[in-house]
Amino acid sequence: MDFNDTQEEAAFRAEAAAWLQANVPSQEELAGLDEIAAAKLWQKRKYDAGWACIRWEKQFGGRAANAIEQVIWNQEEAKYDTPGGVFIIGQGMAAPTLMTWGKPEHHERFLPKLASGEEIWCQLFSEPAGGSDLAALRTKAERDGDDWVINGQKIWTSGAHYSDYGILVVRTDPNVAKHKGLSYFFLDMKSPGVEIKPIKQLTGGANFNEVYFTDVRIPDSQRLGEVGQGWQVALTTLMNERAAIGGGGAGVNVDVAYRIASEVMIDDKPAIEDSAVRAKLADWYVQESGLRFTGYRSMTAMSRGEIPGPENSIGKLVGAPKTQEMASFCMDLLEMSGAIWDENLSKEAGLLQLTYMGAPGGRIAGGTDEIMANIIAERVLGMPQEPRMDKGMSFSEVPTGSN
Amino acid sequence: MNFEFSDEQELLREQARGFLGEHCPPAAVRAVLDGDADYDAALWQKIVEMGWTATVIPEEFGGLGLSYLELVVIAEELGRSVAPVPFSSSVYLATEALLACGSQEQKDKWLPLLAAGEAIGTFALAEGNGRPSVKSLTTRMDGGGLTGRKLPVADGRAADFAVVVGASQSGDGASWYLVELDQDGVSREAVRTLDFSRGHAVVQFNNANAELLGGEGAGWAATERLLDRAAVLFAWEQVGLADAAMIQARDYAMGRYAFGRAIASYQAIKHKLANMYVKNTLARSNCYYGAWALNTDSAELPLAAATARVGAIKAAVFAAEENVQTHGGMGFTGEFDCQFYYRRAKLLGVNVGSEGYWQDRLVTAYEQNNAA
Repeated sequence: MDFNDTQEEAAFRAEAAAWLQANVPSQEELAGLDEIAAAKLWQKRKYDAGWACIRWEKQFGGRAANAIEQVIWNQEEAKYDTPGGVFIIGQGMAAPTLMTWGKPEHHERFLPKLASGEEIWCQLFSEPAGGSDLAALRTKAERDGDDWVINGQKIWTSGAHYSDYGILVVRTDPNVAKHKGLSYFFLDMKSPGVEIKPIKQLTGGANFNEVYFTDVRIPDSQRLGEVGQGWQVALTTLMNERAAIGGGGAGVNVDVAYRIASEVMIDDKPAIEDSAVRAKLADWYVQESGLRFTGYRSMTAMSRGEIPGPENSIGKLVGAPKTQEMASFCMDLLEMSGAIWDENLSKEAGLLQLTYMGAPGGRIAGGTDEIMANIIAERVLGMPQEPRMDKGMSFSEVPTGSN
Repeated sequence: MNFEFSDEQELLREQARGFLGEHCPPAAVRAVLDGDADYDAALWQKIVEMGWTATVIPEEFGGLGLSYLELVVIAEELGRSVAPVPFSSSVYLATEALLACGSQEQKDKWLPLLAAGEAIGTFALAEGNGRPSVKSLTTRMDGGGLTGRKLPVADGRAADFAVVVGASQSGDGASWYLVELDQDGVSREAVRTLDFSRGHAVVQFNNANAELLGGEGAGWAATERLLDRAAVLFAWEQVGLADAAMIQARDYAMGRYAFGRAIASYQAIKHKLANMYVKNTLARSNCYYGAWALNTDSAELPLAAATARVGAIKAAVFAAEENVQTHGGMGFTGEFDCQFYYRRAKLLGVNVGSEGYWQDRLVTAYEQNNAA
């Protein structure tokens, strides 16, 4: 155990830090660019210098870095407020799935443009009737010559409106058991018959969408895995999703909460002197620190060749509710003014309110808190599943509700 | 960077687990719990023979000169087996106090005895209800001898000597005194605690022979430093205990059937277990940080120790409480072993400072780190 860098690691850190210092875009450079344009500018700059997706093979735009080097890079990049986020699904979920299940021609065509940020991907999994029970999805695909014809509806698709490609799970056989009748494709989001409708979120924003498919044609060459193997392929994506979403730390963290508690008063004394406030901050610090070191431990395991497993669910399971609690608590510290959500009047320019309003999404997206807890209980602790009413039935016989 | 134990340390863990599995089965814990002995003397002797009491003591004092990474591995396994021995008092506290502040003469005398298990030491800070503070100390040197009353003192009857925190007129307001306990000026009485498998005493000093350990008026800063170090080691015991309690709950739930199926298949139980796993995992990862800071004498030790300790208190108490709950009525009986974890988790949760104390220390350390 050694929390310090080795000589090689220190050299790598110095190189990364020097490059970042010279290349992180300034506020002036980003002025006038929207979120996507700014993210693309930064991603392309990293790609051109060999700092994008650093664990990927060189021919796909990476530098074949090891897991610890990834930690170092993340630590160094986190020292700056850099634009990003829109590439998480493509780089963190679609790419590992392509690497595991795609053919060499898929790798050559898509991975470099994922790394460079030139192409953005989205994930078309959830449906109105298939959320936590994802395998209950109904969007169907029927074979027609070299193509598949897709009809149905997806929902909660983040970034569908600005994405170039999407990964898609559909039902290719309703007459076998639920998990066995699925297949996995990727498609061009500009394909005829794809219709995208934004969904207004409770934050007021509209980053996710309903996506309708009407006779959308996808060539069979864009299938990943065998016909009927879609569930297994989807699990590759989902496992990476939980690792990609992770604990976060962005938004309201202990540093922000400490700053606020130092500035506002309780009974004419800084709130931070109140023992109840200190206890809360300490607990959150323990969670943040615990998640950070748990992540590092899993990086050490990966650098020894171990595959990251279902224990990755812990980051999201702890991080998402913690974010909600912290934002809520900090607003309480502001007392009556905690309700004000105004860039000029609110502390931290409204970060608390924005975080609090966005927090329910974090506890649901990518598997709810409850599903994460099930995954830990079943796949880490080896506990049995709840009995399933649809077990052994073909999908077409499974009872459904009105929603 | 490397965030795991070495292969040798993993081998030590395997040996320790095997050894304690053989020599510290639940029946051994129960025997002390139900009997009059303060600790399991036979087990203690075997632990001494394994060299565990000598782990971090330098070779020049008869120790093994190993690192704290070895010691935390042993601590975790002792916690897992709820061992009824005075290890924490003698090794995490008394030995550490001597290593930190002992004169050459004091080290020469006591460290070889501690290493060889020929002496047991302890640390006496608390003087009754409430959070100890430098102002609250009433034990003091008076007319050439030490006078005062300390309670509870872990292993106060088993110990040959105690490092006693007394009030001082100078410096930071406290001094440490090394006091041999088998003398006329000291009387010791067993005190009943939550966990009868660990002996505790009320120790009365009446003009007792005592010598300074460390500087006059340097005892409060030394106490805080000692508690930082001990907190990491206690936290590892707590993490071992938490893991054992979680596994006991899981195994029971797998075999216990209700409404025609294993209760382990109900989400109410699964989520309880997942919650234990999450708390245990975060606590363990923070304990890695603590172990590293302790081992390297890092400036981050106060923050790392408090972080490890707060997480470990929560994890151990939660796992112990919910383990009983998972067992239902059987968990509440004296027949089942759930009580071992329940008793020990709460004892460990207060005996080098409560959760509230360490939460406060954590934020203080965080503030100091930010200021630095």
